[in-house]
Amino acid sequence: MSGKMTVVEGSYAVAHSVKVCRPNVISAYPITPQTHIVEDLSQFMADGKIPNCEYINVESEFSALSALVGASAAGARTYSSTSSQGLELMHEVLFNASGMRLPIVMTVVNRAVSAPISIWNDHQDSISQRDTGWIQLYAENIQEMSDMTAQSFKIAEDKDVMLPAMVCMDGFILSHVFEPVILLEQELTDEFLPTYDPEHVLDTRNPLSFGTFADPSAYTEFRYLQQKGMDVALGKIEKAAEDFKTIFGRYFGGLIEPYMAEDAEILLMAMGSVVGTIKDVIDKARSQGIKVGLIKVRTFRPFPVEVIRSAVSDAAIVVTLDKNISVGLNEGALFTEVKSCLYNSDINVPVMGFMLGHGGRDIPMSTIQMIIDKAAQAIKSGIKVESEYADLRGELL
Amino acid sequence: MSRLAPGHRGCAGCCDAMAANFVLEAVGDDAIVVNPTGCLEVMTTPYPESAWEVPWIHSLFENTASVASGIEAALRALGRKGDTKVIAMGGDGATVDIGIRGISGAFERGDDITYVCIDNEAYMNTGVQRSGATPFNASTSTSPPGSQSFGNSRPKKNMPAIIVAHGSPYVATTSISYPKDMMRKVKKAADIEGATYIHAHAPCATGWRFDTSKTVEIGKLAVETALWPLYEMEDGEITSARKVKKPKPVEEYLKAQGRFKHLFTMEGGKEEISKIQDIADWNVEHYGLL
Repeated sequence: MSGKMTVVEGSYAVAHSVKVCRPNVISAYPITPQTHIVEDLSQFMADGKIPNCEYINVESEFSALSALVGASAAGARTYSSTSSQGLELMHEVLFNASGMRLPIVMTVVNRAVSAPISIWNDHQDSISQRDTGWIQLYAENIQEMSDMTAQSFKIAEDKDVMLPAMVCMDGFILSHVFEPVILLEQELTDEFLPTYDPEHVLDTRNPLSFGTFADPSAYTEFRYLQQKGMDVALGKIEKAAEDFKTIFGRYFGGLIEPYMAEDAEILLMAMGSVVGTIKDVIDKARSQGIKVGLIKVRTFRPFPVEVIRSAVSDAAIVVTLDKNISVGLNEGALFTEVKSCLYNSDINVPVMGFMLGHGGRDIPMSTIQMIIDKAAQAIKSGIKVESEYADLRGELL
Repeated sequence: MSRLAPGHRGCAGCCDAMAANFVLEAVGDDAIVVNPTGCLEVMTTPYPESAWEVPWIHSLFENTASVASGIEAALRALGRKGDTKVIAMGGDGATVDIGIRGISGAFERGDDITYVCIDNEAYMNTGVQRSGATPFNASTSTSPPGSQSFGNSRPKKNMPAIIVAHGSPYVATTSISYPKDMMRKVKKAADIEGATYIHAHAPCATGWRFDTSKTVEIGKLAVETALWPLYEMEDGEITSARKVKKPKPVEEYLKAQGRFKHLFTMEGGKEEISKIQDIADWNVEHYGLL
């Protein structure tokens, strides 16, 4: 069991977790607000604190991930980190890494996408990559992010998964905030995370071809098998959280984390740091007798359909909170996905969607309270607006 | 024994197959090859088959050098580097156009890789569209001659010079029509530590429109007319150039190919051919070919 708490910046905690996971190749390109992570890793390298590791300073995010494709195929444990525009630039390589079943781990420090250009937080960057075949995990706080980073290597590198993983943390809100955390101990991490030992590598002693050309007679099966890997990952994500608990004594949930959800009539659903604010509002509302609870979604890909179905089945209404929008559908991704997994099931719970906190707009407790009030009203008189912004400034329109 | 197995889907007279064979012959078994998307990748690896007898990877069109850098770093980190060579081998589009950013990064860092550009002077895999390496006045499917055009309006991008500007210890041009020259230079490049570069001229029967038996002959004409000089540059200085005692007139090279046919029939074509002769004359002077 681990113990000692220190006050560090979120980015440092992540860099430390990466270090104790013993990566072999790190490659990254600087972008706000990811920079502190790669600066800390660079310092670790300069001080010789990451043995058997090479750090490649590349000329773009496109090359950062491309270098890791080569490194991972050669048998290395690989890591990168990026944000926003950098992640969008990687788009083509994201598909390539997952299609080649390379378990690269990448921290996405979530930031809004341009235009208008913004350095502040929302989830549009990673949500826009949801169909690229990467596992996507979202952290609520720095300790969870720190722990999730180690878990993600274990999940991604599992022989029955072999898929890359994005571990998402809210830009500035988590990356630049100092909090007391327990930094992962090297000894415990070594116990938790086995050495990466892939079955297929680029090696001149056993020549293999990677990334060959598939015609229509074979392409479909590659995609099908990626989905099979995702199906397996559902169980492995829960297993990794359990294994982590056994060794480190900490647990933040597996696929989801319910909070006051069991008897909740109003069931909120959200991802990332806003969950902390929501929990505070729930505590307050509960003291006033309002039956409200939360499902924190830790795992967005693979989407935990069955777990979410059973988690929401007894609620009177489900309310999603999304830091992203599908322009043209006017829905956040969580809203769309939750509705989708309830349709054709025998669960008949209405779902309301709120989009908020885009481009770094602060989400005060009052906004969450307003959402709860609207949900309570909808239970009585039905849903008037299915999906809308919770924090629009009408005076700017 | 060839390290590129027979049975691949290359065209008759394919320059890519020849280039790959020469590179593999030069570097031997202890090499890992990276290919971008293109003819060579498509024709050698129709799943579940592969013609490659060495470890081989294809990722995307524009990231060949970066993938090679990642492999090289991994081998070092894992203590498996030994004498293993990491060879990136890409077409002209993948090299001088879409992939130039990653190449620039790898050469600026000086990663221990050898990059071989197989230059057939257009995007052949997609149907002969022009690239930054297409020569002046060549007809391609996106630079056709017409009442307002004699074909490709710009000369070839000087990629070897760009690589030299990165401080590469070894940059050389070669041609698949000179296998000994090509193998010697590839071996030398691979043996030198750091990022080294080979630019191999590679006539494509399909794209340049000549008979499939003429690949080697056309490549020789490019050298004999001084349109493709063969030279080596070490640490920024020209250290060797293959002499062309009596350069042939460029017409001999141009008339042998369908892509320049229009210059011999269009009004004003003669003046355009003389501009191409000027390019050859500049090469003779600049690289000291006489």
